[in-house]
Amino acid sequence: MSITVGVLSIQGDVCENMAASHQALDEMNISGNVIPVKTPSAISDVDVMIIPGGESTTIGLLTLAGDTLATLGERIRGGMPTLGVCAGLILLAGDVTDRMLGGTGQPLLKVLDIKLERNSFGRQRDSFETILSMKPLGIGDFPGVFIRAPSVTAVSPDVEVLSVYDNRIVAVKQNNTIGTSFHPELSGSTELHRHLIGMARR
Amino acid sequence: MISLAGDRSDSLGTIRDENVSKGTTKVKRGFAHMLKNGVVMDVTSVEQATIAEEAGAVSVMVLDKLPSDVRAAGGVARTASANIIREIMDSVTIPVMAKCRIGHVYEARVLSEINVDMIDESEVLTPADESHHIWKWDYTTPFVNGARSLAEALRRIEEGAAMIRTKGEPGTGNVAEAITHIKKVNDEIRQAKAIHDSGDRQDLMRLARDFRVSYDILHETAHLGRLPVVNFAAGGVATPADAAYLMSLGCDGIFVGSGIFKSDDARNRARAVVLATTFWDKPERVREAQEMVDEQQSMLGLDTTKLELRMQERGSDA
Repeated sequence: MSITVGVLSIQGDVCENMAASHQALDEMNISGNVIPVKTPSAISDVDVMIIPGGESTTIGLLTLAGDTLATLGERIRGGMPTLGVCAGLILLAGDVTDRMLGGTGQPLLKVLDIKLERNSFGRQRDSFETILSMKPLGIGDFPGVFIRAPSVTAVSPDVEVLSVYDNRIVAVKQNNTIGTSFHPELSGSTELHRHLIGMARR
Repeated sequence: MISLAGDRSDSLGTIRDENVSKGTTKVKRGFAHMLKNGVVMDVTSVEQATIAEEAGAVSVMVLDKLPSDVRAAGGVARTASANIIREIMDSVTIPVMAKCRIGHVYEARVLSEINVDMIDESEVLTPADESHHIWKWDYTTPFVNGARSLAEALRRIEEGAAMIRTKGEPGTGNVAEAITHIKKVNDEIRQAKAIHDSGDRQDLMRLARDFRVSYDILHETAHLGRLPVVNFAAGGVATPADAAYLMSLGCDGIFVGSGIFKSDDARNRARAVVLATTFWDKPERVREAQEMVDEQQSMLGLDTTKLELRMQERGSDA
């Protein structure tokens, strides 16, 4: 079988996620392709979706403008395996506040029943690298790259916590949807991308 | 993946604890990667910063005066007031950058202590030391620098710049110089790549000496076929079509200086420039963006061949 991975290509580190997905497909020996997704029509061709890192307000506003956000929401609710990275996690969340500014009122997909705090670890000077694990997925010693990262402050009982760093939830899963505060596409490891593609195979 | 070419993470700016590292080349350059395909807007007030955020800007750059006003005012242009920068940081959720003078080590220290997300060592302000740019590896905060040739870009990256903006002529509303310099950098990368691909290492070494850069950084750039850091276009962008054209030349994003807030339709124009940058590869969307602005309300442009002050030349030889 062939798998098509789509990367929402409005803004942010699109090509890094495309490269990680290509590499993951190769390593899994799966024939497939990776396409950038900018319009609602492109979403129908996709088996797996990644919402990359970037600025969540920008990605949200511009995705909303072309009805892409609504189409994306329908597909995710319909079971399409989806990974949201940093800004992507923010867009998947149900409830978002900023650490300093409070409510953001930005457009959200609301497919993860979580509360989330933006810029949770501080501004850029406090961006960091560390090693973490995602034990429920069988992933240990994973390089975590956090850039002005958000964290999850509350989860509903349907949400599985995948990773905790410094007493903060930094990776979650609910049904077919995974969200991370950190950037697996910058880690040098394709483990999480492989896991996501594996979800489409089952 | 992020290229770590020229990495000097053994410097003062990198803070390593037991399990945590801050100010690494990966998180500095990674920050710039998150801005890709976006627009950074020059602002001088909370009101302008809010308009920029609502329009979908990925970041705002705080100045005391917009570049065209710097040009008109003359005198010495310095970094913006700390209080204004703080007020803006407290008003928007997107990253906030600010400019310091070329070579002004302590304006940069102050901006870093204020905790801006990125520092622009900028030729728009009056240079403090044209022969020594800041040694940017000593800061945990990442820097962006201007360049108008491959050699200049690589010298800035070797000093620690985590991002490059290809310079036009600021504050003119004339995009011509930005176009010229993007094409020049692209041509020079193609030439370096051709030498690299030919296998002639001696010729590549000759080019590195001409450029006054290390062999290693030139080799990595030639191998990649692009700059090892994110490269935005800047200087003279006034319309959505200007932004889309620069994106089509292979830039990773756009800085807009005076073009938005010196126009008479700033709110619409800000959104239109963002749309044209995002959808530059879809001409019908660029047309829609261009229809959101009125040429009668664009900033009045300047002929860049008749300027008394050419900001782009500042610090270029260093």
